[in-house]
Amino acid sequence: MKRRVAALAVLAVLLLLLPGFAGPYALSVATLILYFAYTGQAWNVMMGFAGQLSLGHSLYVGVGAYAAGALFFHYGIGPWAGLWVAILLCVLLGVAIGFLAFRFGISGVYFALLTIAFAEFTRIGFDHFNWIGGPGGMFLRVAQRDAWDLANFRGPPLMYYYAMLALTAGAFALCFFLLKSRPGYYWQAIRENEEAAQALGINTFRWKMLAVAISAALTAVSGVFFAFYYNNLFPEQIFHISRSIEIILGPVIGGVGTLFGPILGAALLTLLSDGITEAVAALGWEIPGIKQVFYGLVLLLVIMFLPHGIWPPLARRLGLHKR
Amino acid sequence: MNLLSMHGISKSFRGLKAVSEISFDVPESGIVGLIGPNGAGKTTIFNMIAGVYAPDSGEIIFNQNRIQGLRPDQVCAAGIGRTFQIVKPFAGLSVLDNVIVGGLQRERSVAAARRLSLAILRNLNLEAKALHPASSLTLPDRKRLEVARALATRPRLLLLDEVMAGLRPTECDLLVEVFRDINRREGLTILLIEHVMRAVMALARQIVVLHHGEVIARGAPGQVVRDPAVLECYLGEETEV
Repeated sequence: MKRRVAALAVLAVLLLLLPGFAGPYALSVATLILYFAYTGQAWNVMMGFAGQLSLGHSLYVGVGAYAAGALFFHYGIGPWAGLWVAILLCVLLGVAIGFLAFRFGISGVYFALLTIAFAEFTRIGFDHFNWIGGPGGMFLRVAQRDAWDLANFRGPPLMYYYAMLALTAGAFALCFFLLKSRPGYYWQAIRENEEAAQALGINTFRWKMLAVAISAALTAVSGVFFAFYYNNLFPEQIFHISRSIEIILGPVIGGVGTLFGPILGAALLTLLSDGITEAVAALGWEIPGIKQVFYGLVLLLVIMFLPHGIWPPLARRLGLHKR
Repeated sequence: MNLLSMHGISKSFRGLKAVSEISFDVPESGIVGLIGPNGAGKTTIFNMIAGVYAPDSGEIIFNQNRIQGLRPDQVCAAGIGRTFQIVKPFAGLSVLDNVIVGGLQRERSVAAARRLSLAILRNLNLEAKALHPASSLTLPDRKRLEVARALATRPRLLLLDEVMAGLRPTECDLLVEVFRDINRREGLTILLIEHVMRAVMALARQIVVLHHGEVIARGAPGQVVRDPAVLECYLGEETEV
């Protein structure tokens, strides 16, 4: 326990001081890692804790991004107000999907298919939704990039880095707290054996809905960040299924259901992806798709040899596992 | 006073009658054994009491309330704990965490549920394995874990579905003693399905015998095992009693 706290403190200090010795490129990579760590953590609440596989989390990123983005674009409403609209919309969507699935006993891969379906038809719907620009996309004004304008969430890359760091830390703390209290116990019971969970007095419908709602709300925040960080939104990109896959790869590689898995997985995958790009460029292998081949190969090896992810065995090796 | 009463319960699966017109009572603080050959409908009756499915007809009265048609979690909240014949541990969780899930039914905090769970595990001789993953337990230990989880929900009525199966005679006697003790101290009412006659004879004050979904005999253990109808259908082939 002590070692875990100490390791966490060291990591926190390192991340806080990182901008001091990282260049602009490294800082953007670090921000991306934190973005995936945070979003992976959000997905993990649903799948890792409660055992409900979502393959359509791009839905919440996209709706969150478009909600806050459109309010800013059309009415000049800042992200701090837009955030709540984004969260509300995503929770409603999550609850609607959850209700359909859990009320009618859709589970496992069929539930996953339902989540994909919602993300896909939202993507197609947004392509024909001219108010937010349709397939041509929506572009947020960038007035300035130098001073920290927290009210409108405008500023230098450093601000986005710290915002993402705060979000990741917050999500980590929230998940830690959830896992240690009643929801965590109930979700894990449902994940392990739903029938037994029910026999022990757990209203499985209600607790699964709660997991979906929390996961959707957290992911909505990712979307708002995305909108104000990248300043351009296209339905074809943000709702695409490859985005959903990208979100879940971190926790899957790091360790589904663990607190550190999503963070570790996001770091490894982002660095790997960048590393392969640079290695391929350095070697002069200008073959289309070669990056994806290497990336896929590494994923394949991890899943073959470490089916529970990298974190659980690594934690044991480092003496950081639960005893 | 009867804690549980079954009145004319019937249930068919795709036209096949599993249970027909069953009636029996379980008195408050009593221990009743439900016996009968495989396929007699014992587990079907448990599942109807526990809310897994509703009976086609009849009434289930628990603590003066009709409970047929309630969901399993509502039945548990009403005060009925159950074990599964085919054990269903939360394999990825520790033994202690398995029991805490049950303990949270009536305890407000995880800390209180943990205290309760540790006491229950101690009582069932599982304390040494509290921090082991549930997946590492042997089958008899998994059966005991089922009991521990059910007890942690603090039931007034405990449904035991073949928890003695696979235990050695000495282990079986120990577990019988645990149930007797809880029954004596806390007045816990128990309804058990059991094939291990050694345990049924030692525990049950009343036995209900099922055959082809119907009650063919009931009464005190000594009386039931001499009943000609029971001997013919069930005990006649086996003389271990």
